[in-house]
Amino acid sequence: MRLLCYIAIMALVTYAIRAIPFVAFRKKIRSRFVQDFLYYVPYAVLSVMTIPAVLYATDHMASAAVGAAVAVVLAFFRRGLLTVALSACGAALLAELVLTYLL
Amino acid sequence: MAQTETIRQTPRRTDYITGLHHGIPIALGYLSVSFSFGIAAVSQGLDWWVAVLISMTNLTSAGQVAGLGIIVAGGTYVEMALAQLVINLRYALMSLSLSQKLCENYPTFHRAVTGFGMTDEIFAVASGQPGEVRPAYMYGLITLPFLGWTGGTLLGGLAGTLLPEMLCAVLGLAIYGMFIAIIIPPARDSVGVCAVVVFAAALSCALRYIPVFSGISSGFSIIICAVLASVFGALVFPRKEGE
Repeated sequence: MRLLCYIAIMALVTYAIRAIPFVAFRKKIRSRFVQDFLYYVPYAVLSVMTIPAVLYATDHMASAAVGAAVAVVLAFFRRGLLTVALSACGAALLAELVLTYLL
Repeated sequence: MAQTETIRQTPRRTDYITGLHHGIPIALGYLSVSFSFGIAAVSQGLDWWVAVLISMTNLTSAGQVAGLGIIVAGGTYVEMALAQLVINLRYALMSLSLSQKLCENYPTFHRAVTGFGMTDEIFAVASGQPGEVRPAYMYGLITLPFLGWTGGTLLGGLAGTLLPEMLCAVLGLAIYGMFIAIIIPPARDSVGVCAVVVFAAALSCALRYIPVFSGISSGFSIIICAVLASVFGALVFPRKEGE
C-alpha cells in the first residue's frame, strides 16, 4: 500500500509539472534569471544523482570507478548514449571479474 | 474551424504516422535506458511489475531513479513529492515552450493527454518541427517511446530476476553512464554548464561525506544541491540572448 502511495505521488507530481503549463499557460517566461535557472536544472540534477552514487552502483567501488572513468572519457569524445552506457558496463564487468577471480 | 479548413491540412492519419516515424529512434534509446532502470529496481528489491508500473505512470529517467532511491530508503511522501518537483521542473519549461507551437484548435483534452508525454527527447523533436504541431502528430510521436520505455523496463525487470547478481550490479551502471553521456558534452561546450556540474557534484559529495549533513536523506540532498547549483549558474553564468 505504501509502495502504491509512493508511485501515485511520483506520477501525479510529474504529470502535473508537465500538463499544467501545457494546458494553462499561453505566455512566455520573461525573466532571464528563471530561464537560466531552468536551463541549468537538468545538468545539476544529473550531476548530483551521478556523483558520488555511481561509485556505489556495483559490488566493488573500484569496478564502478573504472566504469565511470570509461563513461566520462567516451562522453567527452561525444559518443552516443548507448555506446557510453554499455562501455561503462563492459569495463566495470571486466574490472569486477579481475577483482573476483584474479586478485 | 472554418479558418483552419481553408488551410490545406494533412489528414490526421498521415500526421500520426509521421509522428510514429519520428518516435522510432527515441523509442530505441528508451528501450535500453529503461532496461537498466528495470534491472536497478529489481536488484534493489522491487518486484518487476512495480518497476513497470513506475515506468508506465512516470515516463522519466532521472525522476524514476531518484524515486526508486527514496522508496528503497523509506523516505517521506513530502520528500518524494519535492524531489520529483525539482528534478522534473525542466518539463514545465518545455511544456511552456511547446505550448506556443501547438495549433490553434488543439483541444484542452488532448493537451492534457499529450502533456503526459513531455520528455526531453520528445520535446526536442516536436519543437524542431516546421510550423504548428497538431494532436495526431503528438500522439504518434509519443506512442513508440512510451512502449519502448515500458517494454524496456519489463525486459530489464525480468532479466534482473534471471541474470547472475554480478551482471545485474554491473548493468546498473548503465543508467549512470547515460547521465554522464548527457552532461559531459554540453559541459565541454559551455563554461556555465561545466561550472554547474562541478559545483553540484562537489555539494553532493559534501552532503554525503561531511558528518554534520548525514541526517539529510538522498531526496532532499538532490533538491538542495540542484537548486543551489542552478541558482549559482543563473547568477554567475547568465546565458547570452539566444543561447
